[in-house]
Amino acid sequence: MSHHIVEVRDLRFAYPDGTEALKGISFRISHGGAVAIVGGNGAGKSTLLQHLNGCLTATSGTVIIGDTPLTPGTIPRARRCVGMVFQDPDDQLFMPTVAGDVAFGPLNAGLPPDMVEQRTASALERVGMTHVRERPPYRLSAGEKRAVAIATVLAMTPDILVMDEPSSNLDPRARRRLIELLLSFEHTRIIATHDLELVLEVCTRVILLDAGIVVADGPARDILGNEPLLLAHGLECPYSLRPARPR
Amino acid sequence: MGATDWIEIGRMDDLARLDTPMHRLDARAKIIVTLAFIGVVMSFPPHALSALTPFLFFPLVLIYGARIPMGPIVKKILLAMPFALAVGIFNPFLDRRPVLAIGPVTITGGWMSFTSILVRFLLTAGAALALVACTGMVRLASALGQLGVPRVFVVQLLFLHRYLFVVAQEGRNVLRSVTLRSSGTRSLNLGVYGSLTGNLLLRSMDRATRVYRAMMARGFDGEIRLVHPHQVRWIDGAFIAGWLAFFALGRTWNLAGGLGHWLTGVIP
Repeated sequence: MSHHIVEVRDLRFAYPDGTEALKGISFRISHGGAVAIVGGNGAGKSTLLQHLNGCLTATSGTVIIGDTPLTPGTIPRARRCVGMVFQDPDDQLFMPTVAGDVAFGPLNAGLPPDMVEQRTASALERVGMTHVRERPPYRLSAGEKRAVAIATVLAMTPDILVMDEPSSNLDPRARRRLIELLLSFEHTRIIATHDLELVLEVCTRVILLDAGIVVADGPARDILGNEPLLLAHGLECPYSLRPARPR
Repeated sequence: MGATDWIEIGRMDDLARLDTPMHRLDARAKIIVTLAFIGVVMSFPPHALSALTPFLFFPLVLIYGARIPMGPIVKKILLAMPFALAVGIFNPFLDRRPVLAIGPVTITGGWMSFTSILVRFLLTAGAALALVACTGMVRLASALGQLGVPRVFVVQLLFLHRYLFVVAQEGRNVLRSVTLRSSGTRSLNLGVYGSLTGNLLLRSMDRATRVYRAMMARGFDGEIRLVHPHQVRWIDGAFIAGWLAFFALGRTWNLAGGLGHWLTGVIP
């Protein structure tokens, strides 16, 4: 059995106001892959991600993590397995210090203090943020906050990393660091983003969503190089894949 | 400057990270002593004034011992001051009995009780703020849980503190966008403020939901756990015993009055 597998079967979800955000989504992501979920605004990307660790409960359909279907009883286990990096790091960082925030997950998992400290130190080192460990999170720059938010999740040693718009609001240098970091992970990575150049560098597979359904699922270069398909669904070809046009 | 700096909520957390003997005391000991302090100060009769003055010693020892600057504490006391004023403002009109005459000036019972309310407010608010500044909200919440306060209240307290930052941030964003589009007009009509407040509430609720989800995603189950749980030392016991003895003395005898009497008796 592998914990690294994520499978979604005919997932449907409607918000309380009746908006149908997901209309029957199915896919399977196996061990160690890096998969991008792309689509225009309102395509259902964030809603889909929030189903993967039980933040939202599907109207119908199944989410399977490893070989366990997500149910109210299995959610705590799934949350240890699926690390979620939220779109806005300010939502994710709530303790008075960076170290306190990174230690929050391991402490809740009931680990002994020395192991909590070891996990905290190694997660902060992994993202290059050891120097800010005693600072309050709200005083960090956007890039530092993002890195610390990733550390808070790494400290829980998840098998699967789920990230919502990880490169938004980052300057080019911070974005580059993020890409290097994403490339260095061996986890199964699921990344929802509009940053298609990042997708080209990090992901091998792309799932294209529009209006709550999967409209394409395949190798990243094939989908991101298909200009008519992308234009039809509110996206455009990444610059590096655009055919040269006469000026 | 962030919104949190604007109302200086973050300042208390900054102060709580200092390392002084007062910070190193067990949070439970500080809570017990502060609660006893508040209880004793509130138990004095309505006109008590001189008997309250020795109690100023406790918040001052906390503040100076923890090397907390007076500025942030005074600012927050002033912020809450209108509530204390509202409680006592009618006393001078309701109670006009003369109780003291200093030369030609006669002081009525109403003014005495009004001043007493303000002094009590200064003492208790000062002590509570000093407690937060030398302990930190997370340690306080954890200690309250250890002292047997039901988990639901402790979690409420912690979330209230966390969401203050959230509301402040959202409020700051909304106000900025209003200022940018109000062409220098200072007074906006009531309808605009109504919709602003509603908007602020909805935005804060959305954000609070996201914060809550982030906590749940990292296994939060309502119990606050600390990296370095505190070991109770003899100094914590001595801190409790010493202050409780002082409070008992101060409540039983008017220490300030006694000192004055002693001084005026010795020096003719």
